[in-house]
Amino acid sequence: MTVSSLTEKGFDALSLPFGEREIDGVYIGDLLSFVMGNCCADNIWITIMSNINVIAVASLTDVSCVLLAEGVTLDNEVLKEAKNKGINVLATKMTAYETAVYLSELLK
Amino acid sequence: MKELSLNILDVAENSVKAKASLIKITLTEKDNLFTIEIKDDGCGMSKEVLEGVTNPFYTTRTTRKVGLGLPLLKMAAEQTGGTMTIDSVSAIDNPENHGTVVNAVFYTDHIDFTPLGDVVATVTTLIQGHPEFDFIFNHIKPEGKISLDTRELKSVLEGVPLNSYDVIKWIKDYLNEQYENPINE
Repeated sequence: MTVSSLTEKGFDALSLPFGEREIDGVYIGDLLSFVMGNCCADNIWITIMSNINVIAVASLTDVSCVLLAEGVTLDNEVLKEAKNKGINVLATKMTAYETAVYLSELLK
Repeated sequence: MKELSLNILDVAENSVKAKASLIKITLTEKDNLFTIEIKDDGCGMSKEVLEGVTNPFYTTRTTRKVGLGLPLLKMAAEQTGGTMTIDSVSAIDNPENHGTVVNAVFYTDHIDFTPLGDVVATVTTLIQGHPEFDFIFNHIKPEGKISLDTRELKSVLEGVPLNSYDVIKWIKDYLNEQYENPINE
């Protein structure tokens, strides 16, 4: 499943420079150092953190997409950096748990 | 990071890279404030570099494009309502008196305050990894002070390297003893 196909499933696209990327697995975490060590490339990463460091960690771990849960959004400066660095960012009002359950169905 | 001591380790490594000869780490606890100050006499930074260092996409590394030491310390401080500031004088601008001071202030009564963690391990790791550098460590707590100055150790050790097993073990025990009974001046 590609990142851009999620926009048809109710997720809002905040930054979608590489919408054709395939999603392989899901990771949930907010402690950035922990995410750096444990998240895998091509995962979709669900988090409620939204500062510039999230974009850096996404870039380092090469996740397919950052998925902001619980209605979290990015401020303009961070959004600009996400687009600059080629990081896909989606957003949802669902909790991380609800998002994971929903993704688990979609990724079957 | 789960412990601030890991942030300290990360930022102090910047001072090593800046070819400092003396690196001074001062932790101060007062009321609901916790302050970390890391001061070195290294090569310092130009104004342009200084402006970029809290941006995680700025780094002096060549192995990867992202540097997270200072951005993560800044984030850890700000998520408690605190701040991080950096002052630096470049060796190019002032060959006599140069270096960098990183100062991070945390509000310890904020729920997102990260515990300090194993700072003794941080200090010994730094000394073990860089025995040719000098470190001054001070932790000022309301009940007293914990301190270590490797320059004093070196003058007593007469050439025995700081990273020899016995010396590192002694430093560890010395710091742990002080944490049990901080020196009240």
